[in-house]
Amino acid sequence: MRQVVGLVLLLILVSLLLWGVLVMRDFGYPPSDMDDYMIEHAQQETGSNNVVAGVLLDYRGLDTLGEVTVLFTAVTGVLLLFRTLKRREENC
Amino acid sequence: MLSRIVRTVSNQLIVFVLIFGLYLIMHGHDSPGGGFQGGAVVASGVAMLLVAFGSGEIIQWLHVRRLTVVACIGALVFIAIAFAGTGTTFFYNFLLGTPIFGGVPPPGPGHGHVWSGGIIPLMEIAIGFIVMAGLSAVVLAMARFSGGKEIEE
Amino acid sequence: MEHIPLNFPFLAAMLLVGISLYIIVFKRNLIKLVMGVAILSSAINLFLVSLGYRAGGVAPIYTDAPEGSMVLPVPQALTLTNIVIGVAVLALMLTLVIHIYRNTGDIDSHKSRILKG
Repeated sequence: MRQVVGLVLLLILVSLLLWGVLVMRDFGYPPSDMDDYMIEHAQQETGSNNVVAGVLLDYRGLDTLGEVTVLFTAVTGVLLLFRTLKRREENC
Repeated sequence: MLSRIVRTVSNQLIVFVLIFGLYLIMHGHDSPGGGFQGGAVVASGVAMLLVAFGSGEIIQWLHVRRLTVVACIGALVFIAIAFAGTGTTFFYNFLLGTPIFGGVPPPGPGHGHVWSGGIIPLMEIAIGFIVMAGLSAVVLAMARFSGGKEIEE
Repeated sequence: MEHIPLNFPFLAAMLLVGISLYIIVFKRNLIKLVMGVAILSSAINLFLVSLGYRAGGVAPIYTDAPEGSMVLPVPQALTLTNIVIGVAVLALMLTLVIHIYRNTGDIDSHKSRILKG
């Protein structure tokens, strides 16, 4: 019974997503004021030919700081969990 | 540990994998690439060595503790560069126009040069250290401590 | 490139989201659940990149760039962020699955609910 209810809810959600995509704007013609500014001025303002690197490390540097924090925390968590696993096996 | 052919080939191939990864890190600001991609390539080279030689041999010269120290140094350098521009704003590109990495490329399509970009190449190198050390440490820890028998041939 | 009818990449991304939600909700194997989360991350990557595509665009890199307008750089930067965070979360989830297997001897999500209240 719960599985049937879950399946119905999932189908409703997916059909809502598909409907939202079908009434969306056309593929390939995005609104692009901010990105046009970045494409035009990134070479002079950041000094890098790669606009993606300029966006990632200059315009949106705080975003990259959070990304590095998440990566570092995940690595720390993985090493910590494996360390506790190893210690418990040595004790047994 | 796999057969002798696999070990020999991966022994030669790791040089080119490392060169390609470091190239991606160092040229991230004027060609496709960057710190994350280059670090992932280097970590995949470590994974290749791990498959070929087995974790018992790799762990003798590539310690997880040293890798975490390298990752910490990379993160500290990243934060330090971000704070160094605080005189204007956080993450200010203060090296642009100075003799160190200060070149500005001519507008429009053209040939890039490495000596440009301000703080962006330095940050790419710091991120590259974080990612290659972090992902290598994760792969090594998973191979070392996740149990199961090594494949012997 | 010519006009693509029916927003086909968006449709593909949403179908992937549906498949991954089905896996996450209905599969009982924890490894399959982690695979579902990975497929969800890939679906979001596809959606972001196809949001930023401009018809006939080239990559936003000025070094020896060919003629033509460039695709949007900000969705590509966000996709890079999402890829890295996806890898980190995937490693953490697999480690937790290994822990659950060591503690309970099973990776069935119905049998290994230690914290079931």
